[in-house]
Amino acid sequence: MALDDRKTDFTFVGTRPNRPDGLDKVTGRAKFGADMSAPGMLHGAILRSPHAHARIVKIDTSKAEALKDVKAVVTRADFADVPFKPGLAGEFWNVLENVMAGEKALYDGHAVAAVAATSALAARDALKLIEVEYEVLPHVTDVDKAMAPDAPVIREGAADYSVPEGMHPNVVRYHESGHGDVDAGFAEADLVLEDSFVTEATHQGYIEPHACLGLLGNDGKGELWCTTQGHWIAQKTCAALLGIETSQLRVTASEIGGGFGGKTTVFIEPVALALSRKANRPVKLVMTRSEVFRATGPTASASMDIKIGMKNDGTITAACGEFRLQGGAFPGAPGDMTAMCAFAAYNLTNVKQIGYDVMANRPKQAAYRAPGAPMGAFAVESVIDEMCNKLGLDPIEVRLKNAAHEGTKASYGPRYERIGLVETLEAAKAHPHYSAPLKPGQGRGVSCGFWFNHGGETSVTLALSEDGSAQLMVGTPDIGGSRASMALMAAEVLGIPYENIRVTVADTATLGYNDVSHGSRVTYASGLATIKAARHAVEKLCERAAAKWDIPVEAVKWENGCAVPSGPNAGDFDPMPLADITAKMGRTGGPISGHFEATPEGAGVSFGTHIVDAEVDPETGKTTITRYTVIQDAGKAIHPTYVEGQFQGGAAQGIGWALNEEYIYGEDGRLQNSIFLDYRIPVASDLPMIDTVIVEVPNPGHPFGVRGVGETGIVPPLAAIANAVSNAAGVRMKQLPMSPPRILAALKDNG
Amino acid sequence: MSKLHVTTTVNGDEVDFLCDPRETLLDCLRDKLNLTGAKEGCGTGDCGACSVTVDGRLVCSCLMLGAEAEGKTIETVEGIADGDVLHPLQQKFIEHAALQCGICTPGILVAAKSLLEKNPNPTEEETRYWLAGNLCRCTGYDKIIRAVMETAEELREAS
Repeated sequence: MALDDRKTDFTFVGTRPNRPDGLDKVTGRAKFGADMSAPGMLHGAILRSPHAHARIVKIDTSKAEALKDVKAVVTRADFADVPFKPGLAGEFWNVLENVMAGEKALYDGHAVAAVAATSALAARDALKLIEVEYEVLPHVTDVDKAMAPDAPVIREGAADYSVPEGMHPNVVRYHESGHGDVDAGFAEADLVLEDSFVTEATHQGYIEPHACLGLLGNDGKGELWCTTQGHWIAQKTCAALLGIETSQLRVTASEIGGGFGGKTTVFIEPVALALSRKANRPVKLVMTRSEVFRATGPTASASMDIKIGMKNDGTITAACGEFRLQGGAFPGAPGDMTAMCAFAAYNLTNVKQIGYDVMANRPKQAAYRAPGAPMGAFAVESVIDEMCNKLGLDPIEVRLKNAAHEGTKASYGPRYERIGLVETLEAAKAHPHYSAPLKPGQGRGVSCGFWFNHGGETSVTLALSEDGSAQLMVGTPDIGGSRASMALMAAEVLGIPYENIRVTVADTATLGYNDVSHGSRVTYASGLATIKAARHAVEKLCERAAAKWDIPVEAVKWENGCAVPSGPNAGDFDPMPLADITAKMGRTGGPISGHFEATPEGAGVSFGTHIVDAEVDPETGKTTITRYTVIQDAGKAIHPTYVEGQFQGGAAQGIGWALNEEYIYGEDGRLQNSIFLDYRIPVASDLPMIDTVIVEVPNPGHPFGVRGVGETGIVPPLAAIANAVSNAAGVRMKQLPMSPPRILAALKDNG
Repeated sequence: MSKLHVTTTVNGDEVDFLCDPRETLLDCLRDKLNLTGAKEGCGTGDCGACSVTVDGRLVCSCLMLGAEAEGKTIETVEGIADGDVLHPLQQKFIEHAALQCGICTPGILVAAKSLLEKNPNPTEEETRYWLAGNLCRCTGYDKIIRAVMETAEELREAS
């Protein structure tokens, strides 16, 4: 049989059918994290530290336990008592420490105890009866202050081998990379510009708070229903923290109400299971919005210094960056990612980047859409824009002059395969938006953005039914319509209608391991796995046809949903449709399924270019985005409408980050804006329509050419908007968010 | 604390439940009546995921007590479709991919339906301001606004 390895001519891929789960999602019947209940269910609630940094001297739970409605109370002691798997260290230990505080509360909102009771109100009432004695310690929440010699130490010994001698113990990881001789490069430059930039932490802001329903018995067997980007990581982590075997915990992913990276770890799930084990009843735990803000995944905050040298014609001769990222009271701030991505869009002879991962008394940072990349792009692309202004050069021409392309040695090391940056820049230059006139008071900004994309461990099973329909089991939760793209890819290979494929997000007991839905990997990796699983099934279909026709399997090929002889010499047989083969499969060798279990490695890096127009009101400092265009390389858009949706969603989140969103801490180290009224994400009336251009430069690492599209869209906006605002206001904005008070202050400073 | 007995009409059905005086209408819809279509995204009336109509008025059900539902007529996302026929807004949302994760969708559909009942010909700006109380983190609103306005146009042509 002949199966083309690379496909360029498509029947289903590239069309825009309705998503398979559309009906469920518009009628309210889709079950999200908080929508599940169980017989005998209890409700949990978590007590959280009101202090940014405090030693926990004593916890007295006796009054809460005395209430008749209360069935279980847990503290860290209930985790420490379990027989840990050997080697509960590294990230598992960090997650445990974050899930339930040990000796110290490390940030405002850190969990210290939890209750399960017969109602949610009773559980919340019981929390008030738990007495915690704290010894308040000095705290620090700012990244630069956390690195200063007099900063309070969050945790001794958290730094790894990478950190140079003499740094504060709060600096826990260090990254340095680059190539060439930056000093020589700067000496060649006609203009050298150095500047510093700051971004605040933002939250992923998914509308669905964390929610789960856990059941665990003293036999070590459990069930967990939760909203998560990855139920296998939830399974593995919960099992480790509770001292049970991974396979004995079956985890089912609910429909997920947004994640953006923030649901790639666990927070309440181990607590629900610990409460359940103690009460011997199912326990439901649902976070409030305030808990989501105080205790889950904000992104890192950043402080950055950039130095770039440029010739008068726009050629960049050298680039240097230092990126200090604060990721809360645990290691993990993506200083390395920020550093590696910052200059990745450019073909540079001399480049050097340094990244720091710094701890402070804030919640443990979690991934947020291209984690680390937007901050670096903001700093670097702002400097490039300023240099274009100083040298009187067109910002797209300068980017084209320096753009990375196939064969370029990336700033972070490897040489690029086929990439689409130049194509996005050419499309931007040709787009009517770029030449449209601006009104007085408006400014235009552009920026490029880069993200690695990811493959990750992936399992997929495709099983054919006797009537010729197919059930596809994937392990990556569907965050934004991925069931549709999976069904399209399976239909493409099998040659049966899209509607005949039922896509299910399987639970951990029914499919092999899958990494989380992150790294823009779902359409790439689960898609590749779907294609390979479908091809595996097609091989078997061809074998059945070959047996029936009594010809070698090599003489059979698969075409338009039918087995056909591969050529005139193979014999003269009518095409045998898939449904004819499956109708008889029980008698011709048994069920036909296809599988894929591997770690796809060819994710293919991704680039985008954004154009944005902004209008600044000099009276109030308020910025209005008047026009926005996203141009990004998707490799191959499987379902173009959902690709557009990813582009638009990334841009909208970037607009929020650039203009409004920030974690605001008081002098006391407590979060001041832990509800949506005070932490203002963009609403419908804040935004214009967001235009999109899908560039398709096929990824050599995917059978259909797919590149992930989810994350890159949030990389350019911070810089593109900062450039537009700076050009509109006539003053360079170096701190995000560019909220009205900051813009007014900048205008005032500028006279 | 003694519970209150509440009788009310939800999506045309007369229903009753017992609730704690502190429980919200959203709690009662979800936990007492198993109508989990309305979602709690914030509990403070900022996100609109819990939007329902009470006697025809659009409200955040997280800001209203369950006890206040006595004698009222409530419509939720579960009541938008007519049997097996989707409301044109529901159909258009699917066709336009006006949802990604779908958590905000029930509230946005209830709010959009309420808009079109009051104003069959909204401008883009009117649509954006009407839906400003319904947060969506996935879509950037573009496809939502287009879906609502296109539905409005089709409903006008049909009437």
